[in-house]
Amino acid sequence: MSTHRELDDMLGTRWRKPHFVTNPLLRWGLIVGFIAYMIAAVMTIEVDWGRVYEGLDRGWQFILAFTKPDFVSRAGDIWEGLLESIVMTVAASVVGILISIPIGLGAARNIAPLPVYVICRGIVAISRALQEIIVAILLVAIFGFGPLAGFLTLSFATIGFLSKLLAEDIEAMDKVQAEAIRASGAKWMQWINYGVQPQVMPRLIGLSMYRIDINFRESAILGLVGAGGIGATLNTAFDRYEYDTAAAILILIIGIVMALEYLSGIIRARVQ
Amino acid sequence: MPVLDKDGTQVWRRRTQGQAMLRWFGWLLGVAVFVVCWQRISDSTTWFFVWDAPRIANDIWTRATPPRWEYITQLGRPIWDTLNIATLGTLIALFFAVPVAFLAARNTTPSAWLIRPIALLIIVSTRSINSLIWALLLIAIIGPGVFAGVIAIAIRSIGFCAKLLYEAIEEIDQTQVEAITATGASRWQVMAYGIVPQILPAFAGIAVFRWDINIRESTVLGLVGAGGIGLQLSSSLNVLAWPQVSLILLVILAAVIISEWVSAKVRGAII
Repeated sequence: MSTHRELDDMLGTRWRKPHFVTNPLLRWGLIVGFIAYMIAAVMTIEVDWGRVYEGLDRGWQFILAFTKPDFVSRAGDIWEGLLESIVMTVAASVVGILISIPIGLGAARNIAPLPVYVICRGIVAISRALQEIIVAILLVAIFGFGPLAGFLTLSFATIGFLSKLLAEDIEAMDKVQAEAIRASGAKWMQWINYGVQPQVMPRLIGLSMYRIDINFRESAILGLVGAGGIGATLNTAFDRYEYDTAAAILILIIGIVMALEYLSGIIRARVQ
Repeated sequence: MPVLDKDGTQVWRRRTQGQAMLRWFGWLLGVAVFVVCWQRISDSTTWFFVWDAPRIANDIWTRATPPRWEYITQLGRPIWDTLNIATLGTLIALFFAVPVAFLAARNTTPSAWLIRPIALLIIVSTRSINSLIWALLLIAIIGPGVFAGVIAIAIRSIGFCAKLLYEAIEEIDQTQVEAITATGASRWQVMAYGIVPQILPAFAGIAVFRWDINIRESTVLGLVGAGGIGLQLSSSLNVLAWPQVSLILLVILAAVIISEWVSAKVRGAII
């Protein structure tokens, strides 16, 4: 009685690392396709190496500017822009979070009836597919220059992000707790408030903090298209080759983002 | 257990008097901050334009529809450029992100006091600045074009990829690493046979995920002059050619949906 085993074939042969893609046809297809694409891509990129070489000097100056950032000579503009960015971030985060909670509830299949679900998922899909900067261009065209357009853009983007993740969290919740509340004769609001909300609240707070962080980062570029915030100041600094001012603004942005990340780390650790 | 005395009977409540007051003041403060912020936005808004907005929106809509379909023949090259910016940018970013991630992960860093903070600084500073700002900067340095876009995307992605990757490295199963070490493997062999196989699926997932995001971002890089379809968008916007703008927006939307679909498929196959 001889049973043929896979191990018998391997005996005496050297061990070889298993491949990441096991199907050899697919593996070689991917490799060949990748190389062909790389050749095509690199061939079609036009790089003006002379211009790049000239620019290296300016690049070095920019890096040097980080060692002596100039916060002072444009302090007024920087302060105005930064304050506007923060104001937009706060207002848009509050409004965005408030709106995204009902939409998130509507986009969770285990809570919402089908028509509501479809509408809410539609809103989420539209908001996620359009990038902030494109929304900002359209809103600036419609509402005029200024932080209102930026505020609306960030609120709109927050809705797509937060509703989707909130809905996914609600869909993954523990049904038993919600059913227990329902069995006690709770009304719909009470059911949501006592059965669903306690389960998703820690994650909602964590995601909201993360979104505030993203909103601040995004508010820094909205100024490029006239939607308010620090971006306009930064753009002017680059255009005038005032690298020391630009470095100062970038350091401020990085600093605030780091502070926000640290803060959201503490808050998330506390609620979870 | 906090209770409230009400006509001699005790009623359960969730928080003590002090906690309730504290929360109330917290909410008051939050609302006050929001109102101040809104006040500032409102002050710097020309409300006449806002009340006029529905008419303007309607006007733009009638100008933008129908899209100028024949313009799509001129969009082939910009789309190819956009794809290249995203793909090459992602590849360059991964090339730099891997060493940074290994230097930043607590269990693989050579020095937790000196090198890890530097790696973390690289991660946070490249991550907190948007690719459009990197593009602006690079255009000032190396001139406008696709190359500036590639580098901008690459720099922006380093921090993102390295952060996710170093978190994956910190979560690896240490027993496998120990097993390889016990066979007498050198430092590099431990890396290649103990750590890399464990993080390879995460690495592939991160790469595709970032590629998807980069397709989105590279569609708008042209707005500041860094190549790709955004260049056509900005020139169409500048001459107020709304039918072209609407067509470009549709193309961007399609590109975003396709890339998201591809990345979801690939990640589904890996995990």
